[in-house]
Amino acid sequence: MTMTDARIWTAVCELARIPVAAGVAALLPGGEQVAVFRTTGDEVYAIGNIDPIGGAAVLSRGIVGDAGGQPVVASPLYKERFDLRTGECLDGDASVPTYPVRVTDGVVHVGSV
Amino acid sequence: MSRTLVVVGNGMVSHRLVEAVRAEDVDGAWRVVVLAEESRPAYDRVGLSSYVGNWDASALELAGSSYDGDELVELRLGDPVARIDREAKVVTTEAGFEQAYDALVLATGSYPFVPPVPGRDLPGCFVYRTIEDLDAIRAAADHARSNRGRAAGAVIGGGLLGLEAAKALRDMGMSPHVIEMAPRLMPIQVDEGGGALLKRLVEDLDVTVHTGTSTSEIVEDRERLLAKLGNGTELDLDLIVFSAGIRPRDQLARDAGLDVGERGGVVVDDGCRTSDPAIYAVGEVAAVEGTCYGLVAPGYTMAEIVAAQLAAGNTAAAFPGADLSTKLKLLGVDVASFGDAHATTEGSLEVVVNDAVAGTYKKLVVSDDSTTLLGGILVGDASEYNTLRPMVGSELPGDPASIIAPAGGDGGGIGVDALPDEAQICSCNNVTKGQIKGAITEQGCDTVPKLKACTNAGTGCGSCVTMLPKLLTSCGVEVSKSLCEHFTQSRAELFEIIAATGITTFSELIAKHGSGSGCAICKPAVASILASIAPVIGADGHILSDDQAGLQDTNDRFLANMQRNGTYSVVPRVPGGEITPDKLIVLGEVAKEFGLYTKITGGQRIDLFGATVDQLPHIWKRLVDAGFESGHAYGKALRTVKSCVGSTWCRYGVQDSVGMAVALELRYRGLRSPHKLKSAVSGCARECAEARSKDFGIIATDKGWNLYVCGNGGMTPRHADLLASDVDDVTLIRLIDRFLMFYIRTADRLQRTASWLEELEGGLDHLRDVIVDDKLGICDELEAAMAAHVANYADEWKGVLDDPDKLARFTSFVNAPGTPDPTISFREEREQQVPVPLGIPAIAGAEGSS
Repeated sequence: MTMTDARIWTAVCELARIPVAAGVAALLPGGEQVAVFRTTGDEVYAIGNIDPIGGAAVLSRGIVGDAGGQPVVASPLYKERFDLRTGECLDGDASVPTYPVRVTDGVVHVGSV
Repeated sequence: MSRTLVVVGNGMVSHRLVEAVRAEDVDGAWRVVVLAEESRPAYDRVGLSSYVGNWDASALELAGSSYDGDELVELRLGDPVARIDREAKVVTTEAGFEQAYDALVLATGSYPFVPPVPGRDLPGCFVYRTIEDLDAIRAAADHARSNRGRAAGAVIGGGLLGLEAAKALRDMGMSPHVIEMAPRLMPIQVDEGGGALLKRLVEDLDVTVHTGTSTSEIVEDRERLLAKLGNGTELDLDLIVFSAGIRPRDQLARDAGLDVGERGGVVVDDGCRTSDPAIYAVGEVAAVEGTCYGLVAPGYTMAEIVAAQLAAGNTAAAFPGADLSTKLKLLGVDVASFGDAHATTEGSLEVVVNDAVAGTYKKLVVSDDSTTLLGGILVGDASEYNTLRPMVGSELPGDPASIIAPAGGDGGGIGVDALPDEAQICSCNNVTKGQIKGAITEQGCDTVPKLKACTNAGTGCGSCVTMLPKLLTSCGVEVSKSLCEHFTQSRAELFEIIAATGITTFSELIAKHGSGSGCAICKPAVASILASIAPVIGADGHILSDDQAGLQDTNDRFLANMQRNGTYSVVPRVPGGEITPDKLIVLGEVAKEFGLYTKITGGQRIDLFGATVDQLPHIWKRLVDAGFESGHAYGKALRTVKSCVGSTWCRYGVQDSVGMAVALELRYRGLRSPHKLKSAVSGCARECAEARSKDFGIIATDKGWNLYVCGNGGMTPRHADLLASDVDDVTLIRLIDRFLMFYIRTADRLQRTASWLEELEGGLDHLRDVIVDDKLGICDELEAAMAAHVANYADEWKGVLDDPDKLARFTSFVNAPGTPDPTISFREEREQQVPVPLGIPAIAGAEGSS
C-alpha cells in the first residue's frame, strides 16, 4: 500500500482520553463522523460513526468487546455487531467505512480514505 | 346468517367451551349467548380454597371470562334458565327472558349432595361450592369467634372435597373435625394402607378424623349445634360443612324430556350429544356413556369436542375417555392416585412400600406378570407421580419394588426416557410426550417457555412443568445456561461467584472465570451484578466509575434513554407520581429552555425527549438544583412505584397508597436488577394503580396490605400472584426486601420476575417457602443486602455533576466539544419538535473520499 499525498491525518485526542474498551466520536474536516475505539489490548480502530441499520450516528457509544476473538462494537440501537477491522456487520447485511489510524506521541490520528 | 349457540351455565367448563368456539369459529358463524345463575362470571372453582385468607375474589377470575370487547358473546348473569322448549328451540329464564337457539349446550354443573341428616337445614349448616358459600362460612366463624373467642367446625365427608373444606376451616383458624362414613379418608382414591397414613398425617395437623361413622342427627343447642354421630360421639359445633359429594344438575334436562342416566346426569354419546340432536351436555352434568365426571379436565375435553363439532365442523370429534388420576396437596399432605389404583384388573398384583417412619405410602399395581404398570397410590410423597402416571399401560423399566424403593436403595425412581411417546405428560391439556418431542425436534422449541407456548403443556395446574426441561435434555437440546461466549456460567452463578469472592472488576472476573475480552451481553450483566451488591463487596457504588463505565449499555453510560435518532430522553424521579406545582414548573421551564419534546409516561412521570449528549449535564444541573434526582428510567433497575390517590383524598381508599408508594420508591430507587422493576400501590380493592400488572404490586385491605408478585404488562401480560395478605407496613417491606434480593440473586439476565417465576422450580409455593417461611435460611442475608443498598444510595446524576472526569465523557465530539451533531435535525409536530430520520448513509464514505 502506498500513501498518497491526499491523505489527511486528523488529530483526534490523546490516547489516554479514550477509556480502555470504549469509544469516542470525532469530526473529520469533511464533516464525516468517525467512531474511534481502544480495545482491551490497546489497539486503536476507527470506523464510521453512523449505524447503517438504525440510521443514527451512535456507534462510538456501543459496547466494545470480541466475537470469537475478533474486535467488535455492538450498536447501542439494536445491538448488531460490527467488526472494528473491516467494518462488516456480523449480524446483518451491512457495513460501515473503516479509517486508518495512527498513534503518534500519544495522540490518536485518523486518516481520510 | 349467524346461528345462535346458547350455553346454559357459566362455570369453568362453560367458559372453556365459549373460548374454544370463539377460537375455532374464524368466520363468526356463531353468536354465543351464555345464561348463568351465579352473579359473577366463571371463576376458578378448583382453586376455591385459596380464597380463604386473601378473601380476594378477583384472584379467582379466569382470563377473558367477561368477554369484554367480543361482540359475538353475550353473557347474562344472575338469571338461571327455567325451561327448554325443544319444539320451538327456545329457552326461558326465571326472569322471563326468552332466547331462541340453533344449538344448546347444557353446562349446569352439579350441586353439593347433602345426606338426609335430620337438622341439616339448621342455621350454621353449609355446603362448599361457591365463593358465596365461603363468605357465609367465614361470617359464621367470625360470629362464633366474637361470641366465644373461638369457632368449632366439622366437615361431613372425608373425600377429596371434604379435606379441601377441612383445610379451609383450618385456614380460618379452626381445628376441624372430619366425619367420613367409609372406613378411611378419600376412599375413592386411596386404599386402606394409604388411608391409614393419610389419617395420621392429617391428624398431626390438628384435624380430628372420625371414619366408619355417619352423622345421625344435628340439633340446636343453646345457639350452637350438636352433631350426634352413629358411633355415639357428640360434637359441640358452631358450624358444619357438608362436603359429601356432588350430583349432576340435570333437572332442566329431565323437565325437557331428555334422557338422563340411572344415577343422574344427562345421557350423551361420545360426541357429547344428548337424545335431542340440537342439544349437547358438557362437564359435570353430562353422563358420557353412563358416567359423570367430577373433575375439570374431562369437562374441558368435552367442551373442546363440542366446539370442534359446532365451530370447526369436525363431527368426528369424540370423547376419548378420561384419566381420573389425581395428584393433590391436601392440608399439605401429598396424595396421588392413578390408573387402576384399587387393583380391580383380574390377576393384578400389588407392590407396597409403607414407610411409617418417613410418613410415606407407595403402592404400584402391576399386571399378573409384573411387567406392565396398571396404577398406583402415593401418600405423603407424590414426587414420582409425574413419571409414573404416564407409564400406566406401558412396560415397566425395571423391578416394580425398586421404582418405589426409598431413596438410598439402588436404582430408585425412573426417568422421563422410559416413558412411551403416547404417555400423557400434561393431563390438564392432554399433551403427550410424543407431541412435546415433536415441538422440540420439528418446531424448534428449545426452551421451557417456548414449549409451553407451543404445546400448552404445563399451562394448567403446572405440575408437569418440571418434566419439560428433562424432555428437552432427552431430545438432545442443551439447556445451556452460559451467559455468552465469554462465560460458561449463568448470570446466577456469576452472581454467586462475585458475592463469594468479592471480585469487584469485570477484568478480574473475566481473567479468572471467563475468556476473551467480553461483549455487549456479559459486560452489562456483570456491571448490573456489581451495582446490585456494590456495598456488600465494597465495589465503587457509582455505575460510571472508571472500572464500570465501559461495561454499561449506552443508556446507563449516559444516564438517559437513547432514542432512535441517537438523542436521549430524560426522566427525573417523581416518587409515587406525586409532584409539587413548583417542581412541575421547573420541568416545564427546562423543557422549554432546551427545546425538549415533553410527554407524560405510563409510570406517572414526565419524559423530556431530544437531548444531545452535550446537553445532558446542563439539563441535569438545572434539575438537581431544583431538587430532582435520577429516575433510573434508563437502567435495569427500579423504575417507578405508581399509586392511586389513596385514602387521603379518595372516598373509597382504605390505606395511604401514595405514602406507601413514595416510601417504596425511595427505598428501592437505584437498585440494579436483572431487568427493570415496576411497582404500584392501590389504596383499595378497586385497584386503580393496576398493581397486579407489576413486578411487585401492593393492594390495600382494611387490615393492611396484600402483596402480589411477578406480574407483567407488556407483550405477555400476567396477573401478579398473591404472596401475603393483610400484612402491616413493616412486614410488607421486609417481604419485598427479600423478594427483590432473591430475584436479583437467581434470575437470568434480562429475565423479568414473571418469567423468572414461571421457570422457578416449585413455583409460587417454593417462592413462599423461601421468602415468607425462610426455609432456605437466607432471609437474614437478603435483608442485610437490601439494607446495605438503602444505606449507600446516592443520586447518580449528582455524582456525575460533582466529578469532572465523569462529566468529560458527555461530549459529542472529542475533538470538537460543543459542536452539534450534524446528523441530528428536528421538525415540528403538534407544536413540539420530533426527530427527522437520517437519510442513509450519503454522509458517510462518499463525501470523505472526495
